[in-house]
Amino acid sequence: MSENRQAIAHYRNNFLKEVEVHVEDGEWVKMCMQCGVCAGSCPLGNAWQHTPQKLFMMIRAGKREEVLSSDSMWMCTSCYNCIVRCPRKLPITHIMHGLAHYAHRLGMAPKGQPTREVARLFWNNLAKTGRVNELKFSLAMYFKDGFIQGIKNLLAMQGIGIGLMKAKRLNPMELLGGHKCKDKDGIHKMIAKAREIEERKQGYAS
Amino acid sequence: MNPSIATNQAILVVGGGISGMTVALEAAECGKQVILVERNATLGGRTARMNRYFPKMCHPTCGLEINLRRLKGNRNVRVMTMAEVSGVAGQRGDYTVALKLAPRYVNAKCTACGDCAAVVEAEIPNPYEYGLSKTRAAYLPHAMAYPMHYVLDPSIIGTADAERARAACKYDAIDLDMQTETVELKVGAIVWATGWKPYDAVKIQPYGYGRFANVITSLEFERLADPHGPTGGKLLRPSDGKEAKNIAFIQCAGSRDENHLRHCSRICCMASLKQTHYVREAYGDAGKSTIYYIDIRVIDRLEDFYQKVQQDAAVSFVKSKVAKIVEGKDGSPVLHGVDTEGYHRYATAHDLVVLAVGMEPETNGIKLPEDMLLDSSGFIEGSQSEGMFGAGAATSPLDVNRSVQSATAAALRAIQVVHKIAAAEACPEHVGGGRNNG
Repeated sequence: MSENRQAIAHYRNNFLKEVEVHVEDGEWVKMCMQCGVCAGSCPLGNAWQHTPQKLFMMIRAGKREEVLSSDSMWMCTSCYNCIVRCPRKLPITHIMHGLAHYAHRLGMAPKGQPTREVARLFWNNLAKTGRVNELKFSLAMYFKDGFIQGIKNLLAMQGIGIGLMKAKRLNPMELLGGHKCKDKDGIHKMIAKAREIEERKQGYAS
Repeated sequence: MNPSIATNQAILVVGGGISGMTVALEAAECGKQVILVERNATLGGRTARMNRYFPKMCHPTCGLEINLRRLKGNRNVRVMTMAEVSGVAGQRGDYTVALKLAPRYVNAKCTACGDCAAVVEAEIPNPYEYGLSKTRAAYLPHAMAYPMHYVLDPSIIGTADAERARAACKYDAIDLDMQTETVELKVGAIVWATGWKPYDAVKIQPYGYGRFANVITSLEFERLADPHGPTGGKLLRPSDGKEAKNIAFIQCAGSRDENHLRHCSRICCMASLKQTHYVREAYGDAGKSTIYYIDIRVIDRLEDFYQKVQQDAAVSFVKSKVAKIVEGKDGSPVLHGVDTEGYHRYATAHDLVVLAVGMEPETNGIKLPEDMLLDSSGFIEGSQSEGMFGAGAATSPLDVNRSVQSATAAALRAIQVVHKIAAAEACPEHVGGGRNNG
């Protein structure tokens, strides 16, 4: 009897259930029939270590660490080729983003992953004032890989920067605070509320 | 050809393929009156266009010959070709069916001598060959045609070709004044043996059927392999007529796909496995077949056939749904995808690609009587009043063997309906109880 239990425990897949509960559209993962058409249709497929159908199989196999620390779902550019061709109509693009988001919030996403960094910088920039400060965002991007690389980036881009200033597409005064929404506190409250609702939905309610 | 055959004790069979012929013969050989209507100019349906059957690899002409012989020897069946059902009224045991009869322009005096075809110059895409070759506009549908009569294509009516054909006929068999007719029949039960049609492969956009000459369907491949087909049985690819020795078979072309056909068409795996035999027969070890599949689904005892093909070193299997096809330099299709056994990315060129296209009901797009019950793919499940039945591939994607089984079952159901009608007419009060019990 206990031998049987051990055998069952080996196959008891908690990670698939975890994905179903916590990952956006995660309940679709079990519908994959491993035909491979998503992997073959992905224009960046050869740049991925784990193609979607491989990720789905890894989820079913309970490979939690490998999946959540994978770089692959961060490579998705949302071209939607996989969704269009999937014979089971899995929302693959959305699942990729869902997995990336889940890995990010657990702190398991790969450090310094460029897509993740850009998203993080963009969000922080936007959430501060309710408006995107393009100058600060660009500078943050330039300096994300260190001070020396930042200076190099600045020098490389200075021609374009000056051109933009002359054309009045870039205001150097934005560096000092910059434009913002009328009701900045209201925006912050709104974002906090949205986050609270979202967390409750995904089962993180405190 | 006795009109009195049509009574409410007669059975109407719609469709003259292998299933319809079987229903008609099984019922007729039980002594029932049967009317068999076929939309085309000949019986035989899609079965007649196959090169070989699986699993025994015998020729369809054999099975057809037996059935045609049974048909010729039976006085209970009335066959009407070029006839289409245009309306059904009434209920179980008492149907009135309207038939539209298209003109053949050739009457029963035809001896199939072929003199008319010799003088007609116009050519039409040969419907029997899925348009792979052309035929004269006066033609015999195929060598096993029943009735064995020529047909004039309506496109030449009113032209000099038609007049030449009439003049050439020694038997006064060509009647250019034939018109479309409508007739009404009374029948007690109806069996819809309307069969299947291949899924339109053009809709599977990434595979390029219709854009790339060397991407063909499994049905077209049957015609290529047929010694009586457009290439005389040689496996020549359409773009340049070169021998296709390295052939890819793509499974689930349209089937098991929510964007196309939801159902598994069930027979296509066996069809492709069968077609690897054609490649081996044509080229021996020099012919290469590659089957791209999601799962190989061969049903019950046909597993033996699969195992034999697996042992053939000239046949390889790639577990992958092909993502897309692009055309290479010399017109050779290049298949792109990921082999899910090991997750290898491939870009493989083949001489010819055969799409194992799915089966959909021939009646998709045609309005059937309200009473009919269809499944989510359009296959016939039966009718609410139980006076109309489906048979063969009209009910489900079936191979020839299972179509015949299904047809025999449908014949029995139809016989039960007309039996009850006969009993009711003989002894009305008795049958009221009988119906309640049954």
